[in-house]
Amino acid sequence: MTELALSPDFAPGLLAESAAARVTLIAPVARFSLRCKPASRATLARVLDLPLPETIGHRAHARSREALRLGPDEWVLTALEGDAAGIAADCAAAYDAAPHSLVELSDREVTFAIDGPGACDLLSLSLPRDLDGIGVGQGRRTVFDGQGVVLWRDEAHSFRMDVWRSFAPHVASLLATGCRELALEM
Amino acid sequence: MLLIHCPYCDETLPELEFAYAGQAHVVRAADPSSQTDEEWRDFLFIRDNVKGVHAERWQHVHGCGRFFNALRHTVSDKFLTTYKAGEPRPVLDDTERSA
Ligand SMILES: [Zn+2]
Repeated sequence: MTELALSPDFAPGLLAESAAARVTLIAPVARFSLRCKPASRATLARVLDLPLPETIGHRAHARSREALRLGPDEWVLTALEGDAAGIAADCAAAYDAAPHSLVELSDREVTFAIDGPGACDLLSLSLPRDLDGIGVGQGRRTVFDGQGVVLWRDEAHSFRMDVWRSFAPHVASLLATGCRELALEM
Repeated sequence: MLLIHCPYCDETLPELEFAYAGQAHVVRAADPSSQTDEEWRDFLFIRDNVKGVHAERWQHVHGCGRFFNALRHTVSDKFLTTYKAGEPRPVLDDTERSA
């Protein structure tokens, strides 16, 4: 069992690892909240060069950009950190043709990668939702121990969880405790 | 734990993702200054408090974020149906009403 504290400057790297699961803080990414009416969607998808999925929970990606539909008129976008200014400028240029709201959230959240044979059990310690309802390649906004999070399921046993920065130390310590406890049961 | 069907996500999910938001179909007067004090009091404070089927607002706060409406039986606590905001209150048959 390896267990490392989340550093005050949120340095990316391994936080906890056991036979059950591994928890890693991943490097910062650019994040945006995008909201628009249906009439603006096609134009924004073209400007972003990224499909904007129609179904809540579905994702699309193109090169290093990724979109997850969170609600009836809302997506979260992620991209490389250096891509943020370009995304903001491209969407601003399309504003008259396709009215929308684009808010940068890059620093609001940090992302934990959670994987390993016990990844689902680890998440289920504090996640009321049935993980079988989130298919591989999908994502959802949901709640983890009282905090709103965005959960991305990349593989059957591999997830990313976006957590508000101020709650991250609490979530990191919960996940580390879970890693240790689940390994004892194996 | 209660399971609630979100009509926007089209998924049945744990209550912990949702927030209760009071009685549904309470309509604010288009011209508030036309209201008497009694009418305004009723709009602000007076609710049905039914024993039986209650129409109420919920928000999928840890999910799609949307407000929607539900019919819930206040004795059994059972959710009879949920429907999107803006839709009329559904008519239930007798079996559902006594659930
Ligand atoms: Zn929903």
